[in-house]
Amino acid sequence: MSDLSDLYQEVILDHGRNPRNFRAMPDATATAEGLNPLCGDHYHVFLRMDGDRVADVSFQGSGCAISKASASLMSQALKGKSAADAEDLFQRFHKMVVEGDAAQADGLGKLAVLKGVADFPTRVKCASLAWHALHSALHGDREPATTE
Amino acid sequence: MSFDVEAVRRQFPVLSQRPYGKRLAFLDSGATSQKPQAVIDAVTRFYDRDNSNVHRGVYELAERATAAFEGARKKIARFIGAEPREVIFTRGTTEGVNLVAQAWGRANVGPGDEILVTEMEHHSNIVPWQILAAEKGARLVVVPVDDRGEVHLADFERLIGPRTRIVAVTQVSNALGTVNPVKEIARLAHARGVPVLVDGAQAVPHTRVDVRDLDADFYVFSGHKMFGPMGIGVLYGKARLLEAMPPWQGGGDMILSVSFSGTKFNTIPYKFEAGTPDAAGAVGLGAAVDWLEGLDRAGAEAHERDLLEYATARLQEIPGLRIIGTAPDKAAVISFVMEGVHPHDVGTILDREGVAVRAGHHCAQPLMERFGVPATVRASMALYNTREDVDQLVRGLHRVREMFP
Repeated sequence: MSDLSDLYQEVILDHGRNPRNFRAMPDATATAEGLNPLCGDHYHVFLRMDGDRVADVSFQGSGCAISKASASLMSQALKGKSAADAEDLFQRFHKMVVEGDAAQADGLGKLAVLKGVADFPTRVKCASLAWHALHSALHGDREPATTE
Repeated sequence: MSFDVEAVRRQFPVLSQRPYGKRLAFLDSGATSQKPQAVIDAVTRFYDRDNSNVHRGVYELAERATAAFEGARKKIARFIGAEPREVIFTRGTTEGVNLVAQAWGRANVGPGDEILVTEMEHHSNIVPWQILAAEKGARLVVVPVDDRGEVHLADFERLIGPRTRIVAVTQVSNALGTVNPVKEIARLAHARGVPVLVDGAQAVPHTRVDVRDLDADFYVFSGHKMFGPMGIGVLYGKARLLEAMPPWQGGGDMILSVSFSGTKFNTIPYKFEAGTPDAAGAVGLGAAVDWLEGLDRAGAEAHERDLLEYATARLQEIPGLRIIGTAPDKAAVISFVMEGVHPHDVGTILDREGVAVRAGHHCAQPLMERFGVPATVRASMALYNTREDVDQLVRGLHRVREMFP
């Protein structure tokens, strides 16, 4: 059994308290909404694409420390990435957190701190919420992304 | 007969387990209550011994199954002060509201009509009415909730108008614990010729309910929140209303005769019970009624009041904790938020301390919006909880504060 401290690591608590890129983006080229209907966690993710490159990422909304930290770390990780690299990051993150594939952590840099979430099934959706929204934004989906 | 909480606890097998090696403090009975051995046994016995379809066979087993099923209906009727034919088995509260919204609503609500609900309703007492309103061109009118989490009779008086077709109100708020004056609300509505549906899901496990005394036209509740099985619930309706209503679902058991030139519907309650019912569930609910009636219920209510007072006082110890819902008349439910920590994180940390609470919007998003919070932590107690459970919750919340200073 994993310990609470595996989930609430210092980096996560820090990003949960002081989320980075936590702002609206008036000149976004794509936005998407992420909604967890079970708990009411709700985020908007903003993307500004410069050609094929992610020029800026930000988010706004409310949710728990895990969902907020995950969104915050995601926004940092994505900046400057190509659309294909962003998609790749999404897939790796998904494998690590949702499928519990710890090996993915190696290629994920700072995002690896969210590895422990896989051992808390009730919190997996928190960690993946903003990512689903990002995915929708990248693919231009109009319906809000949900974790359901 | 006096209320002995330890003796009661021993009848709940679930409560003796130790999640993460900790004593289990189950404080989520508002979501679903635990089941006493007597209920578990009744369901098992039905499948072990009596299982066969009800109202159909001519053999011994079928007779026993039907007798057990109808016996449960009689017990439940007595329990709420109704006649057996006024007790319709449903899957639960949600289905009960949907049944009334669809069967009664379709026949009685038209364009421009109003359906009065309160701001504290569970989604299940909002959405079925919204669906009906959209279908009929009617609209929902909402009775506001004040800062303490109460509704006011004056608002009902003001808002029940010539177009109001029904008032749908909860007796006890699932999210805040507020006890509403449903008897007075019914009186006000009836003075204007408007029927009332009462959502009793959170009321029946805590207090005695007499539908005649409340003068509710419809009263809906779930078995699983009152120590019975999941998947079974009750819609009570005044006989004359039920008789005048068109059927809801069509199928077997709800008919007298079927032909392609026309079908004759069965009498109440069967008119509203199409298909094979959850007979074991009904029998289990009957057992829950027996079990509750075997308790000192006044003693149980006093015990719950003590728990509520004790928990309310002890929670004040936690820095930055704010209770949402401070009505003077409350069931043993406490919703709260903690500054700087999301309810979800509180829930996960408490879980590791063996404390089960609900964190979220409690299917009452309009109410959360009213209080300007996305979610709350809810500790909802039942008659099997103790001060020890509350102490464990408080210890857990101190731990939350350590992690989220």
